[in-house]
Amino acid sequence: MSDATRAEICAVACAEAFRGSGEILASAFGTAPTLGVRLARATFAPDLLLTDGEARLVQGTWPLGAAPDGPVEGHASFRTIFDLVWSGRRHAMMVPTQIDAHGNVNISAIGPYDAPEVQLVGVRGAPGNTLCHPVSYWVPRHSTRVFVPRVDMVCGVGTAAAAAVGRAARHHDLRRVVTDLAVLDFAPTTGTLRLVSVHPGVSAEDVVARTGCPLVIEGDIPATRLPTAAELRLIREVIDPAGLRDKEIAA
Amino acid sequence: MADKTMTAPEVVARLRSGMTLGIGGWGSRRKPLALVREILRSDLRDLTVVSYGGPDVGLLCAAGKIRKLVFGFVSLDSIPLDPHFRAARQSGRIEVAEYDEGMLQWGLYAASLRLPFLPTRAGLGSDVLTVNPELRTVADPYGGGEELLAMPALPLDAALVHLHRADTAGNAQCLGPDPYFDDLFCGAAEHAFVSCERIVPTARLTEDAHPATLVVRRLAVEGVVEAPGGAHFTSCAPDYPRDEAYQKEYADAARSPAAWEAFHHRYLTGDGHHRTPGHHGEGQPV
Repeated sequence: MSDATRAEICAVACAEAFRGSGEILASAFGTAPTLGVRLARATFAPDLLLTDGEARLVQGTWPLGAAPDGPVEGHASFRTIFDLVWSGRRHAMMVPTQIDAHGNVNISAIGPYDAPEVQLVGVRGAPGNTLCHPVSYWVPRHSTRVFVPRVDMVCGVGTAAAAAVGRAARHHDLRRVVTDLAVLDFAPTTGTLRLVSVHPGVSAEDVVARTGCPLVIEGDIPATRLPTAAELRLIREVIDPAGLRDKEIAA
Repeated sequence: MADKTMTAPEVVARLRSGMTLGIGGWGSRRKPLALVREILRSDLRDLTVVSYGGPDVGLLCAAGKIRKLVFGFVSLDSIPLDPHFRAARQSGRIEVAEYDEGMLQWGLYAASLRLPFLPTRAGLGSDVLTVNPELRTVADPYGGGEELLAMPALPLDAALVHLHRADTAGNAQCLGPDPYFDDLFCGAAEHAFVSCERIVPTARLTEDAHPATLVVRRLAVEGVVEAPGGAHFTSCAPDYPRDEAYQKEYADAARSPAAWEAFHHRYLTGDGHHRTPGHHGEGQPV
């Protein structure tokens, strides 16, 4: 019986989203994804490139909240990052404020656009990211407030909207949505959210109850895999010794 | 070579109400806040501001200087959302043109190259097109079958940027991790103004630094202002980090009109510079 916490299971699920991504820039927002990409590179995805949050590409595995101590292997100013975005050599995991069944994502504003009820950060790079390279999402609190029937402002482009764009959206590639309850992806036939696995202790019914948009559920849903002993050691001793993961997802 | 040194009030005297103003830096990093502070002191109004937004946007929103904001985001980095910008948006006081942050770069780049637009995928399929109904697409003229977004040029009347060092002619040097898009802001502008931590003799610029650090060239610059601490309270690494305590006071000032009045008054006195003594100037590695 593993003693892995929910936060640790989420971190490994985030890492899994980058399995097979190859030699690309991995960009992570939020604690579990940041932990996840470092874990992925330290284990099964050694070719990933990571930045220090500014303009340095850095090797090695360093703790959350600390400055990297590995060798600098490159310089990537924000302008270079934009070039990488548009070249497709990147996989980003972002945090949606709202997401719908087709994977449209809002991080800009809630309510009437001219005078929003809640002004958020802005579209940022979400429109370009979703048109140009693989994108996954991390939802630290799976709820009907996040999973909605319709997002107020489409920042990250979903499957149906991308299909409507046509050939110019041929690089659109939504991968996974990892939440504190489950792992989701997009069913190829409908382009809509599908339940891939539920975290240990969570049922498919729990997920449905906290999802405000349709969810494809095919057959019996397996449990999200547990961290290996080596992964747990890396998480606890190397990448997050301060336990920041427990601030995002309660133990 | 012409000596382009001037004071911050002299820069602002060259600006007019209603102008389109580009502001360099990124989020709460290397923002030309000494120049922004001078705008706060002025009678300028109805500005269109183009920015990778940080407290420059929030300060100008709170002071009622902005008519329209052209942006991709506004963030204080260590504080995810700027409450002054949020208040302005949520009250409907400002008009906006919201673009993907790469589209913003493309618009500045197009303007700096004197092109009417540049094609991109960014924005297609998103509500960026819904909220900016004037945006158009363009078909690949070579028959590739792609219909791309034509990002219009974003020409600026004036640009304000803050860099680490400059000479009196306007050659400006970035010693920090990232030049961001400061050179594009200058290139897209009719009138570009550079403030810097220190004006040094030209030869001094490359004594210890690679020529690639000279990211803004004098041919694009109209005026140079020596403004030690001129990015405070945003970061200006390696000269000084973000003043987190001061930034928090700035953010907290959004709680009430009285709190803003108090902060505004103190901010305009230049008090911020004296709160972090020694964070700029002599003794720093160049």
